[in-house]
Amino acid sequence: MTSNREKLVLIGNGMAGVGTIEQILKLGGAYDITVFGSEPHPNYNRIMLSYVLEGSKTVDDIILNDRNWYKDNGITLHTGTTVTRIDGDKRQVIAENGLTAHYDKVIIATGSNSFILPIPGSTKEGVVGFRDISDCEAMLEAAKQYGKAAVIGGGLLGLEAAKGLVNLGMDVTVVHLMEDLMERQLDHTAASMLKAELERQGVKFAMGKQTVELTGDERVSGLRFNDGTELEAQFVVMAVGIKPNVAVAKDSGIEVNRGIVVNDYLQTSLADVYSVGECTEHRGVCYGLVAPLFEQGTVLAKYLCGVETKPYEGSVVSTKLKISGVDVFSAGEFIDTPEHTVISAKDDWKRTYKKILLKDNLIVGAVLFGDVTESASLQKLVKQGAEMTDDIYADVMGTGCCGGGGAKKTASVESMSDEEIVCGCNGVTKKAIVDAITENGFTTVDEIKACTGATRSCGGCKPVVEQILQYVLGDGFEQSMKTGICGCTTLSRDEIVAEIRAKGLTTTKEVMNVLGWKQEEGCSKCRPAVNYYLGMIYPDTHKDEKESRFVNERMSANIQKDGTFTVVPRMYGGVTTPEDLKKIADVSIKYDVKVVKVTGGQRLDLIGIKKEDVPKVWEELDMPSGYAYAKSLRTVKTCVGSQFCRFGTQDSMSMGALLERKYERLDFPAKFKMAVNGCPRNCAESCTKDIGIVGNDGGWEVFIGGNGGIKPRIADSFCKVKTDDELVEICSAVMQYYRETGNYLERTSEWVERMGLEHIKTVILDNEEERKALAQRIDFALTQVQDPWKKMLNDGATRSALFEATEIR
Amino acid sequence: MGAARQTYAAGKVEDYLKQIGRVIVIEGKELAVFRTSGDEFYALENRNPHPKGGPLAEGIVSGHYLYDPLYDWKIDLRTGEVQAPDKGQAAAYPVHVDGDTVVIGI
Repeated sequence: MTSNREKLVLIGNGMAGVGTIEQILKLGGAYDITVFGSEPHPNYNRIMLSYVLEGSKTVDDIILNDRNWYKDNGITLHTGTTVTRIDGDKRQVIAENGLTAHYDKVIIATGSNSFILPIPGSTKEGVVGFRDISDCEAMLEAAKQYGKAAVIGGGLLGLEAAKGLVNLGMDVTVVHLMEDLMERQLDHTAASMLKAELERQGVKFAMGKQTVELTGDERVSGLRFNDGTELEAQFVVMAVGIKPNVAVAKDSGIEVNRGIVVNDYLQTSLADVYSVGECTEHRGVCYGLVAPLFEQGTVLAKYLCGVETKPYEGSVVSTKLKISGVDVFSAGEFIDTPEHTVISAKDDWKRTYKKILLKDNLIVGAVLFGDVTESASLQKLVKQGAEMTDDIYADVMGTGCCGGGGAKKTASVESMSDEEIVCGCNGVTKKAIVDAITENGFTTVDEIKACTGATRSCGGCKPVVEQILQYVLGDGFEQSMKTGICGCTTLSRDEIVAEIRAKGLTTTKEVMNVLGWKQEEGCSKCRPAVNYYLGMIYPDTHKDEKESRFVNERMSANIQKDGTFTVVPRMYGGVTTPEDLKKIADVSIKYDVKVVKVTGGQRLDLIGIKKEDVPKVWEELDMPSGYAYAKSLRTVKTCVGSQFCRFGTQDSMSMGALLERKYERLDFPAKFKMAVNGCPRNCAESCTKDIGIVGNDGGWEVFIGGNGGIKPRIADSFCKVKTDDELVEICSAVMQYYRETGNYLERTSEWVERMGLEHIKTVILDNEEERKALAQRIDFALTQVQDPWKKMLNDGATRSALFEATEIR
Repeated sequence: MGAARQTYAAGKVEDYLKQIGRVIVIEGKELAVFRTSGDEFYALENRNPHPKGGPLAEGIVSGHYLYDPLYDWKIDLRTGEVQAPDKGQAAAYPVHVDGDTVVIGI
């Protein structure tokens, strides 16, 4: 069967070539495939080398296709084998080790090499480019032995290399010919902000310097510039550009300009020989970024499989810097000229910058710094050359605030062509995602990620994948969100709560057994939820399940990424005393607290306490737990109020402390925050709290459903009351109604929108009986609570099991 | 891993809470030891296979799976293997119960 298949030879085992092969396989192309690669590794994700250098990924992590993949697909792979020539007459590909392969079709995808400056000393030991795994390994090795490094070139690769070397502990200076970094992707403003940010992260810069010589004996010891100055460096990375690797094409008599010249179907001047990726020159352009090579590969794969395809007409390139904590994006045109209309917003405090360039009201380019959430939609608009409208303006410049924009973004997904690459890192097209959803019935981004690889790497495309999901599922999206609180069950929250009540179920284990959970003991999503529902339903008899609590709640302190904990003592209404402050200071010093931070909720974070010290810190503080970790009442923020403020009309500090004492320790579906203000100046910011209270001359106004988190929402005015007792009763009723009807992890902002403000008003304000019943139920639940820190201190066995490490020698 | 293992007694069964990890340090190596609801014992190196690292002992245990405490990755306690869509592996060590003593091999 193999004999009558056509033979396809791929020269170059990189992302562009293998990406094309993957597409050919998906299209069912009938080829016998042979792949030649110069590097000893199977196909890997070159754009993620920066992460390898940074240490967040290993070489194994960035392998895209391991050797089994080649085997499984019947592909013959020759690694470490450089092809030298294509013999068009004999229809043979010839490698330097004498290996030959017959072909019917050839794809050249040899990529590019680092451009090494032709200056004296550039061949010395300790001088490398930044292109492949061996360069990366050289850098990791150098950092172990040498202190000072220089990176020549302040472009994308140079900066990523520099940051990597800084992370490895080297003293790194970036030498750049121009006055602006990344001048081919960024304008002056963004480049300056980028430089300032990288300097903060420890990278040094020598701008406007031309390197004329690398000094040293066998090994490089420094750089000499054209102005006569010098810089010491025992390791030099050249990142001044890339050079299309055209050697094979040239030696085979194929037309080469800067890159291998191809037409709109990626055909070279030699019959049946094609070229994709960085080695290719299309309409005078050689691309050095990832999206174009996937776009080229898609066209070529279809062409080779006889599937109808539009010609390749070039790519709009966009850039994203892969340095953690530095978000930079640009697409299309980015330097403004008089013919552009410029929309820009620069914020020196938040250190963000946004610029959109229009030509005849069409969007032709954009630059983002600091906040790149709009990058996906801007990339799309630039690609389409979309006309700027009021709606788009409101959308991308963020003046629309909450809601509003969603529908439009979905529409832009609709107009996206099937072939368009959504995930640039892994070359996943819109169609692949749509197919994954329709054929497998997927309803979550995670499922799409597992199947197609989209969002796997940098995650920048996640918003677009979500939009596609929403667009494909339409109403089904809503529905699918409602069925099942997690993958373990198809039951909704309301059904589970009803079943618990109806069947008298008492433990999570029982709930899961009786209600037919798919994973017997549930998962990290449903176990805490069911434990909460049980506690809400049976406040007096439910035995809280520590093993179903998220770490922070189980340990009653906040875990940090290094495994240390943050302890936050309670400060009722944000008020403390000099004695307590002194105690906090003493304990912080004794237990070597890393940082003492004032929280947004007017308390003190004691950050970086070792796990085994946490109980001792509680004991010595001898203060109640601040519940900074809990789905519970966090804080009641207050202003100074009538006790001291010349404007205050109500005693906000006392009321805040009273409410915090009353409701502390009780579990809620999600964290719960309150604020009390003494006057309508609202200094304690009640508009973004779950319950916000504002004092006025005659009493209090109550606001509910505010949120300052991921989805900011301004609280709705709920009612006005005259007395403190009424105020407490209203708070009790709202809180208990939320406890009884809220989905686990649902904030009141979402809850108010789901239930409807009017509905909640009807239940609580129009129905005195129900209001009093709710208030009684919360009071009953409140009689059951205990301070977790005290409780743990008195339970030696649990304390030891949770906090202490057992040493064995 | 072919080298002969040394075994260590790591306390009694009742020192371990069901479905809650416990940190055991053996010869300077930190392990997270888990007791499942069915009284099986598993031991992983107490280091999250996530690139950012961190501990494992504080995760949520379900059957022979662990949901890690920092990134919510699902990890098979038997092998240390991270479940799709994430990738990685934590080192796993053999544990058995001898009488009422928990014995770990390193």
